[in-house]
Amino acid sequence: MDSTEYAGFSWKTFYSALTCGLTFITVEINVRTSLKLVAAVAALASVFALSGCDDKKGDASKPADAAKPAAAQKADAKEPLKVGFVYVAPIADVGYTKQHDLGRLYAIEQVGKDKVTTTFVENVPETADAERVIRQMVNDGNKLIFGTSFGYMNYMQKLAKEYPDVKFEHATGYKTAPNMTTYNIRFYEGRYLAGMLAGGATKSNIIGYVAPFPIPEVLQGINAFTLGAKSINPNIQVKVIWTNAWYDPPKDTDSAKTLIGQGADVLTQHTNTSAVASAAESAGKMVIPYNSNMKSVAPNAQIAALVLNWGPYYAKKMQQAVDGKWDKTPVWMHYSDGALSLEGITDKVPADVVKKMEEVKAKLVKGEFHPFTGPIKDNEGKETLKSGDVMNDKDLSTMNYYVDGVIGKVPN
Amino acid sequence: MNFPIAIYNRERPNRFLAAVSPILAVILTLALGGAIFAMVGKEPLYSLYVFCVEPLLTLRGWGELGVKMTPLILCALGLVVCYRANIWNIGAEGQLIIGALCGGYVALQASPDQSGLFMIWVILASIVGGALYASITAWLRDKCNANEILVSLMLVYVAELLLSWAVQSPLRDPQGLGFPQSPMFETAATLPIMIPGTRMHWGGGLVVISLFLIWLIMSKMFIGFQVRVAGLAPKASSYAGFSNRAMIYFALLLSGALAGLAGVIEVCGPIGQLTPKISPGYGFAAIIVAFVARLKPVGTVPAAFVMALFYLGGELAQSRLGTPAALTGVFQGLLLFCIMVCDSMIFCRFRWVGFGNWKKEAA
Amino acid sequence: MSVAASLIATTMNASTPLLLAALGILVAERSGVLNLGVEGIMLMAAIVAYIGAVESGSFAVGFLAAILIGIAFALFFAIFAVGLRANQQASGLGVAIFGAGLSAYIGIPYQGAVLPERGPDGIMFLDKIPFIGEAFFSQHWIVYLSLLMIPAVWFFLYKTRAGLVVRAVGESPFSANALGYDVPLIRCCALAFSGACIGLSGAYLSLIYTPLWVEGMVAGRGWIALALVTFGTWRPFRVFLGAYLFGGMTMLQMNLQSMGISIPTQFISMAPYLATIIVLALISRNPRWIRLNMPASLGKPFIPH
Repeated sequence: MDSTEYAGFSWKTFYSALTCGLTFITVEINVRTSLKLVAAVAALASVFALSGCDDKKGDASKPADAAKPAAAQKADAKEPLKVGFVYVAPIADVGYTKQHDLGRLYAIEQVGKDKVTTTFVENVPETADAERVIRQMVNDGNKLIFGTSFGYMNYMQKLAKEYPDVKFEHATGYKTAPNMTTYNIRFYEGRYLAGMLAGGATKSNIIGYVAPFPIPEVLQGINAFTLGAKSINPNIQVKVIWTNAWYDPPKDTDSAKTLIGQGADVLTQHTNTSAVASAAESAGKMVIPYNSNMKSVAPNAQIAALVLNWGPYYAKKMQQAVDGKWDKTPVWMHYSDGALSLEGITDKVPADVVKKMEEVKAKLVKGEFHPFTGPIKDNEGKETLKSGDVMNDKDLSTMNYYVDGVIGKVPN
Repeated sequence: MNFPIAIYNRERPNRFLAAVSPILAVILTLALGGAIFAMVGKEPLYSLYVFCVEPLLTLRGWGELGVKMTPLILCALGLVVCYRANIWNIGAEGQLIIGALCGGYVALQASPDQSGLFMIWVILASIVGGALYASITAWLRDKCNANEILVSLMLVYVAELLLSWAVQSPLRDPQGLGFPQSPMFETAATLPIMIPGTRMHWGGGLVVISLFLIWLIMSKMFIGFQVRVAGLAPKASSYAGFSNRAMIYFALLLSGALAGLAGVIEVCGPIGQLTPKISPGYGFAAIIVAFVARLKPVGTVPAAFVMALFYLGGELAQSRLGTPAALTGVFQGLLLFCIMVCDSMIFCRFRWVGFGNWKKEAA
Repeated sequence: MSVAASLIATTMNASTPLLLAALGILVAERSGVLNLGVEGIMLMAAIVAYIGAVESGSFAVGFLAAILIGIAFALFFAIFAVGLRANQQASGLGVAIFGAGLSAYIGIPYQGAVLPERGPDGIMFLDKIPFIGEAFFSQHWIVYLSLLMIPAVWFFLYKTRAGLVVRAVGESPFSANALGYDVPLIRCCALAFSGACIGLSGAYLSLIYTPLWVEGMVAGRGWIALALVTFGTWRPFRVFLGAYLFGGMTMLQMNLQSMGISIPTQFISMAPYLATIIVLALISRNPRWIRLNMPASLGKPFIPH
């Protein structure tokens, strides 16, 4: 329901109510009781006028709401498909959510503005309120809904059961339903390459990593990064600080400053803010941001950026939905799917390291190289992968250790 | 310096204003809110409609309202008792979290075919947990005269960190791929739905019982009388022999228990598991609810209604109008200010005396 | 930079917003007004400073705007607490929640906006000294301003007549009123000063400390500053100790983390809050001590007979 359908009551009534209310207050300044009563009655009358109009409008809108979903279902072929996006943070986070939104815009371009219309809600917390927001999206007629954060998983699964004709796509999760699937990116593939660049650029041999929660996906990233750095420079050390938050810029800044104080001259992060890049810039150190290109925030500090591209996937799925061929297979995208890219490599990284990285990247894209190829030892000396073996998806999904080169122990 | 508006105390509080003041405050809040909408370029009347009326148009909407009101009323009831006794418990949020944690821990012990009576243990655990957490504040206030505002507030941060640790280590779902959350609770440990077609669960029944209990305590029981006297006239209460220490413990433990109950209801109802963030600030919003309710138990219901409506309206306004989620906080703060202005008129009379006396006369 | 030097430097940075806000709150509480809305005012100051700096391209404008909005909000609080003689705790909480919501609201278009370039921090020649220079002399000028404010506030409160009047109003407003002092006016002035300090502290957070705006970025520092004033028994030097203790613990726990200490990070993060509670309890134990130090009329509305 948009504001053109709404023909509410006039400004006159609104202002009379306001004036009566304010008059009533000021009436206390020196007026007799009878006038006070008159003002009170006028105020009440306006209140009833207000509420009366609202009730009328309320009744009128109900049939409109009921008609809409039916219309949307019928006119699928003619009308553009309505697609909804649920974001956990604001788009302006210059990080995780921004990349999803860029992906959304890319997909609209690819599929065509006449075939799809999108809406999004940002800053949706991963609490019980998320269910209400997603349900509202369904009620607004969206037929394909992308939930971009892990915490929406259970609510989406519940709603998937209730609304079998709506398709649900959940990022970074693992629960599915006949009309719900999951999608994710193998971040570790890009992390290995980024690690190579960091290993080549560092002079102090200490690299700082600001991480949110010790979940397997983050640990995959840390470990792949370390392995990549060690392949260039076996003497590096990676120090990790856990912020226990996806989006907490002050904590990120504190963590970055602490790591710099501990000797790190290259930083990277898995949190969803640009604070680490910003701190690196202020301190004159180097940074390889993750999620998006943060050149605007760190023009001198950024030596490369590991950028997530959700666009190709969104375009593909939206096209499938438009064509009625929606595929519910869960997807864990590779670098070769165009989901990751290492951009903006500056000359602070030695040219031979960049060349080596390109060689490895070529092999990776062809499927000839896996970042987690044995022998791999954890940082307490235990061997976790035998020589020549390649880690399978199951072990990746349950990773809970640091590889050799990372300082400390995984929390818990 | 004399301001142009003089303030006189009334001989007797104005009864008409006392009755009508909350309504007046709400109208004022809406009027100011409309002005805010207009200032940022949204059509004010439509925006107010989306904010206040649209959430109520469906049964499901009323159910959501109930889901939001439940924790607010429970926390606010406890805070009403505390604030009446002049004990400024700001840490309801922390007590809510600890109650949810304790109740959640017990809930996780349920086996799949446990009977529904298991819920009683869960509820008891949360009440005890919340009360014990509040007792830390009470003990420090009693033994060390520590300011309860600051202690209870610091404990909120501690509680949040405890929850975060708990869902990451001891209570983490082993099948959860390492994500910080507990397993989903078994059916025996979740609250059944009260109104089909909505999310409104039987926590609502607990609210009604608590409401009745608190009303009974505050107006009919001796301890309630003691609480009111302690707040209004501390010297009189000490002359009458009412134990100050009993007041502190009673008020804080009761408030902690109710907040803990609110927490477990939230976790066993809409959420269904323990996650790092279970409350969007209910403990703090309940403070406003308690004041808007004028520290009367019965008043918490309409006050929570308005606050919950603001929550829902703010959310709806996000998708309809593109306004940010922060709008809810703005409205809630405005409501508090308008209530205070309107309330002050009950006890004081304002008189315009002009600028003649602007410069203060020499003593 | 060695770890120790970095720890000292980051502690100074982290403690400065706490110190600035606490000094302002100290003066206001000395006059008998308890302003719980510090968090909201700090957030408003942070966003206004950010908007000021982004729009005008000058940091000075940002700081000035933040000071003005701090004073404005403090006076807004004064309308309720001093003017309407409403309950000070409720009014303060209202300001806190309102400020948080309003700051988030007006900050939406500015998330991700880029600040103008800033010159390097640090005192000119002193920051080149090997260890001491890096540790103590390479901060932004506000850090040094906050340190200078400690003796300034002390001097004002204890060595000037105006300060004596402020303390008198806080201890016994009725006597001050009887002597002819305008208690509401003095309280408003004290609140205005506290608003300016809080505004400066908020601006420091969003312009210098984390040069970013995100809603809720003050992350509880306003409440901590309130606690610090009680912690420091309303004396400037002790408040300084408290602020640096808290800031130091916060940075220390991060350093411990990255050094690989295997206590769960949440427990390390709890340390500053638990330390505050413990010290608060220890300080408040002696009721006579508290009565000696706390302004007697703190938190009570002044209603002349």
